[in-house]
Amino acid sequence: MTLHHYLILAAVLFCVGLMGAFTRRNAIVVLFSVEIMLNAANLNFIAFWRYSENPALLHGPLFTLFAIAVAAAEVAVGLALVIAVYRHFKTVDLEAMDTLREE
Amino acid sequence: MSPTTLALIPLLPLLAAALTCGLQNGRRAAALAITAMLGSCGLALAAFNQAWGMGQGEHTTFNITWLEVGDTAIPLGFVLDPLNGAMLAMVTFIGLLIFIYSAGYMKDDRRMARFFCYLSLFAAGMLGLVLANSLLLLFMCWEIVGLASYLLISFWFHKPEAAAAGKKAFIVTRIGDLGFLIGILLAFKTTGTLTLYDGGQGLLETLPTGMVWGMQASGLISLLLFMGAIGKSGQLPLHVWLPDAMEGPTPVSALIHAATMVAAGVFLVARAIPLFDAGGTLPVVAWTGAITALVAAFIALGQYDLKRILAYSTVSQLGLMMVGLGVAGVSVGMFHLLTHAFFKALLFLGAGSIIHGCHEEQDIRKMGGLAKPMPVTTIAYLCGTLALVAFPFTSGFFSKDEILAGAWATNQPVFWIAAAASLLTALYMTRQCLYVFPGAHRGEHIPHESPRIMTVPLVILAVFALGLGGLAKGSVLAKLPGETAHHTTVVLAVSVAVALGGIALGWLIYRGRALGQAADPLAVTPLVRKLWFDELYAATVGRLWALAVVIAEQLNELLLFVRDLTVTLADRIGTGFAVGGDRKLIDTLAFDGMCNRLRSAGHAVTRPQNGFLPGYLRLIALGAVALGLLVALMK
Repeated sequence: MTLHHYLILAAVLFCVGLMGAFTRRNAIVVLFSVEIMLNAANLNFIAFWRYSENPALLHGPLFTLFAIAVAAAEVAVGLALVIAVYRHFKTVDLEAMDTLREE
Repeated sequence: MSPTTLALIPLLPLLAAALTCGLQNGRRAAALAITAMLGSCGLALAAFNQAWGMGQGEHTTFNITWLEVGDTAIPLGFVLDPLNGAMLAMVTFIGLLIFIYSAGYMKDDRRMARFFCYLSLFAAGMLGLVLANSLLLLFMCWEIVGLASYLLISFWFHKPEAAAAGKKAFIVTRIGDLGFLIGILLAFKTTGTLTLYDGGQGLLETLPTGMVWGMQASGLISLLLFMGAIGKSGQLPLHVWLPDAMEGPTPVSALIHAATMVAAGVFLVARAIPLFDAGGTLPVVAWTGAITALVAAFIALGQYDLKRILAYSTVSQLGLMMVGLGVAGVSVGMFHLLTHAFFKALLFLGAGSIIHGCHEEQDIRKMGGLAKPMPVTTIAYLCGTLALVAFPFTSGFFSKDEILAGAWATNQPVFWIAAAASLLTALYMTRQCLYVFPGAHRGEHIPHESPRIMTVPLVILAVFALGLGGLAKGSVLAKLPGETAHHTTVVLAVSVAVALGGIALGWLIYRGRALGQAADPLAVTPLVRKLWFDELYAATVGRLWALAVVIAEQLNELLLFVRDLTVTLADRIGTGFAVGGDRKLIDTLAFDGMCNRLRSAGHAVTRPQNGFLPGYLRLIALGAVALGLLVALMK
């Protein structure tokens, strides 16, 4: 296993997330996809840390932990938004929410 | 006398004309004009005094260069000699009296101020004409006088006859002026100068020599100048305007058409007499004058209009002056001009007073019996009549006697014609007086005497009419050039006989007639119709005129067509610019086009803002990729 394998895995993971974020209509699924992309980034952090010259410094896990914490907060806010949106529109379909459009 | 004071003589009335032209108040204008005329008269009398001190043929000149073209300088200036000294004194003195009289006569006219403006303009022109030392200046003033005459004849332009008479006077005199102008040009061509006296270099001193168009130059020039004189002085065949000019106010008739302006033609001949002498054209002058005198006197017999009779009488007397100039030279003609000016002005002012007293009635058939209510006017008018018929020892007698004597000595046929004209003069004046003064009044209104402002000038003129001839005869004949003929008994006898005979004949014909009701034995058709002169003009000049009108109308049509064409063309070009340039280029392309471009660009820019949330997300991703690429490339 070399660094490349991890990086390719992370890239695939990111693409899966990106694809999901672009194509899915359900807001919650889009939120999942964004989390997958975040985790792809986290995977990169860890991989680069593991193969770096001085792993004892713990830069990678530190950033990853930080990102996971922020992502948790973000998901909390995102889910709250989704719930608020659902209350307003009676749906979580992103394509139905077009009120930002120029009338 | 300095040039300035001499120049002031015509300039004072000119100034008055300029000042009065804006005035509304008639009395103020009259006062201004009379004051100017008074000043002018005083200066003129001083000039006369100086001129009368000169010997025969002496003169003082003042020339200033007016125009320089190449090597030729055209000076204008004044000359003073006994000839125009006497003329100046006469014009200003009679002018002054008539100005004063006009202040009374025009009292009720709404445009009195304007009247005095015109009168002053006339006086300025006339005095300039008399003083001029250049044919050019003389011609200019001549035309000013013609213009003033036109304005004054048609002063009551609301009367169609007055407007027509003004036009007629202007056009008919223009026919003569054409000759005058050609004469001036010819004189300039042959001698190179238009100055009359210029220290030996003037036109009248060198005299044109050589031949022009197969005629002797001075003869031709003098004939052309005489044409102008014929027009201005109402000689046959251009006399037709003068009787019609009586449509103007009566003071105008007296000032312009009896005493001064019509004498301008005679004055011109007198002024240019060296030319006539050299050209041998004086017999033409004499014959024209004689025929005019006779024909006009005939026509006067058949007229009923008080002023028209006097007008024909003026034409006739002007003819006699021409005879005087033609047969005996300047002194005799000018002597009659001076005496005539006084008694004809008197007669016209008297006629004005009569017309005023009869409530603007001019027809002698509706007058009669005026002797009692208008004593001053009657006596003054009779004085003028006696002078006009050359009753012995009135001023007309002396001057006419000189003319007859001169004619007897040099040209006997002319003598007999002039004598016949004098007989007729006495006849028509007797007829007129018998119509107007004795008997019962035939008009509708009760006649009354005129105010003193009008009768005083009459009395002054009456004194001159009776006395001037005898007093001035010796000095006028001595001071002015010309030879006086020996007075034979025949001349004296004929002269007295025609005057008394005419009066007696008139008395015999008209005594005891029911004037105004019965037919007039002398008013036969040819005379009433003025010998068909107007008809003659209608058939000749009138026809030509009509032809000219037709041509002018065609020309007008052509010009209208050209105008329309131009307008259409300009319209097309303008429309082209408006549509192509303004509407298409500026509005559509530049302004609207730019706006539309901006608007559609705005639309295009707002396209992504479509409310499609996944789209936003994609854009964010795209932006992130672009940013990443940019960072990568920047390295």
